[in-house]
Amino acid sequence: MAQIIIKNMRKEFGAFTAVQSSSFTIEDGEFFMLLGPSGCGKTTTLRMIAGLELPTSGEIYINGEEVSQKPASQRDIAFVFQMFALYPHMNVRKNISYPLISQGMPRDQVRAKVAEVAGILGIEALLDRPVGGLSGGDRQRVALGRAIVRDPACFLMDEPLGALDAEFREHMSEELRALHDRMKATTVYVTHDQLEAMQMGDKIVVMNHGVVEQFGRPQQIYDWPATTFVANFIGSPAMNMLRFDGMVGIGSQSVQLGEATFAIPEMVSGANGALVLGVRPENVYLDDAAPYRGRIIAVEYLGTTQIITLDTAHGVIKARIASDLVVRVGDATGLRFDARSITIFEGASGRALLSQANQKVLTHG
Amino acid sequence: MAEVILNAVSKSFGSQVALEDLSMTVPDGSFVVLLGPTGAGKTTVLRMVSGLDRPDKGSISIGGRAMAGVTPAQRDVTMVFQQYSLYPHLTVRENMAFPLKSPLLRTPKAEIARKVAEVAEILQISHKLDNKATALSGGEMQRVSIGRALVRNPAVYLMDEPLSSLDAKLRADLRVELKSIQANSGATLLYVTHDQIEAMTMATHVGVLDHGRLVQFGTPREIYEQPVSIYAASRLGQPRINILPADIFGPAPHGAVNIGLRPEQIRQGEGQESLVKRVEHLGDQTRLHLSFKTHDLITVTDAHTSLRAGDIVKIQPHKPFYFGADGARIA
Repeated sequence: MAQIIIKNMRKEFGAFTAVQSSSFTIEDGEFFMLLGPSGCGKTTTLRMIAGLELPTSGEIYINGEEVSQKPASQRDIAFVFQMFALYPHMNVRKNISYPLISQGMPRDQVRAKVAEVAGILGIEALLDRPVGGLSGGDRQRVALGRAIVRDPACFLMDEPLGALDAEFREHMSEELRALHDRMKATTVYVTHDQLEAMQMGDKIVVMNHGVVEQFGRPQQIYDWPATTFVANFIGSPAMNMLRFDGMVGIGSQSVQLGEATFAIPEMVSGANGALVLGVRPENVYLDDAAPYRGRIIAVEYLGTTQIITLDTAHGVIKARIASDLVVRVGDATGLRFDARSITIFEGASGRALLSQANQKVLTHG
Repeated sequence: MAEVILNAVSKSFGSQVALEDLSMTVPDGSFVVLLGPTGAGKTTVLRMVSGLDRPDKGSISIGGRAMAGVTPAQRDVTMVFQQYSLYPHLTVRENMAFPLKSPLLRTPKAEIARKVAEVAEILQISHKLDNKATALSGGEMQRVSIGRALVRNPAVYLMDEPLSSLDAKLRADLRVELKSIQANSGATLLYVTHDQIEAMTMATHVGVLDHGRLVQFGTPREIYEQPVSIYAASRLGQPRINILPADIFGPAPHGAVNIGLRPEQIRQGEGQESLVKRVEHLGDQTRLHLSFKTHDLITVTDAHTSLRAGDIVKIQPHKPFYFGADGARIA
């Protein structure tokens, strides 16, 4: 069990800054996701929490103790890598018990502990098998077993499902999350897959170019992105971004895009110039009576819903609508947005402007 | 542009049966996606059509022409593999232009340049045209290998998981692009994937393969809404269809062993009580993991639901599927 506090942590490799000054708190028992594209600094952040890299500056507290300059061996953590590194010449039991034996735990205790962990992971039948012949999933379970068996204060995982195929990945992610719900150990998990982050995480940090773009609960981040980067990275398809030149002021409740007027949440900050109207695909409705027009250029059937791609005066817009609605490529239609869900971004900085709708999420600290 | 017909094709590798009595027509101008888990025979079908492998039994024709004894080079097909293979000593531009430079085609230089530029634009690699092929990332190399197929105009395009090595955003973009290229050019495309989103969004027809047999062939909507079996129903839909004992909600049709419920076949707020075990906010929707009479099921609810783990929610089937003992659909 552990609470982890990151304060102004920063990492430079020579002239390259891998992680800009970052601060966030991981609460005890949380399943915490570090999310971002490759090269964003998420793995470096994880490695600093683990003690595999030392930060250039800043502090890391694990359960109140400042550990930023301590080596990994002195931190009570277990690391699960993307490529499950198992000892190929040992069987499953020896692989799992290795960390305990090297700690000098008595044999009978080791046996009991390994049996318990094997029970949790459902691999009792594999204990005496060599690891060589195991499937990818079973190998990953063994790697997890080796991490769990030590009862560490927290687990750090670097894309542990990255090497698995899609169907199996889905299954393992559910298994991992269920395991966490039983053990309640603080888990920090690195991924580039936004759906995995939404699905498994209690909280998410979104990183880009070494900067923490946003930190919060998955649904909050999805609904109220702090930047255009987050709006674009989270959600599939991404948030629609309509670029326009205009003005919003404190108290504004609508914006003007050319001829069309769109209602928006009441603004509590203002900006003038290049702006972006952001609206999620499921908050776009096809409405023949609406004045903002689009022409359908693609229809993607997804079972329950379908994604409609439309060409409009302010760029391409995607709408997620029920799949029983009949639409055809080439049709022209009007578009309406759910006003309560709209975010206005500053064009140049990409930052979200504060409104009555998003200020609670974006100013929580 | 051509119709591809497989007639009662069987193929074994040693004792391993890869395809069993498979008959399928790929209509001219269609986008057919073969769907099935590893080992279902998807790639074997592609290799048969391309001529890289020969059927033990049965026949294949492309555009009305029997393919027995016709070499891959003579078939007027182009294949994109999961693993890209580019000429490492050539630039991206030269790699893409290579198929057009064949002395047989006599493509004018200006036409080659135009075609390469157009395809590079679609695949978002225009800025890399003068790079050496080896100086690209894996995703870029795969785009070049797709590009090399697209510059040609064969009777049939064959593609074996061409998007699986790309990242999520690019995959989503290329899905739309591939689909519109195919729709606009009227090309015939036979495409293999594990990815059900690719199958649903791009295909005009989906062929569901199970252990070398074609178990269903139809539009994505037909397969999703009218599956012939538990197996076919489980290929499409996220979260996956829930399969429960047939009589768990009440009387079931005669002979039914399982009831199949997709999220939209579960009404919430009426019927019998179930326990919420876990709530997953995915943004546009929320997944509910429910426990119902010792069974687990997953359904979908409003993105901003107030339901939490431990809550009780009432559920009731709505136009469910019923399956018999062998997994075949009976209602």
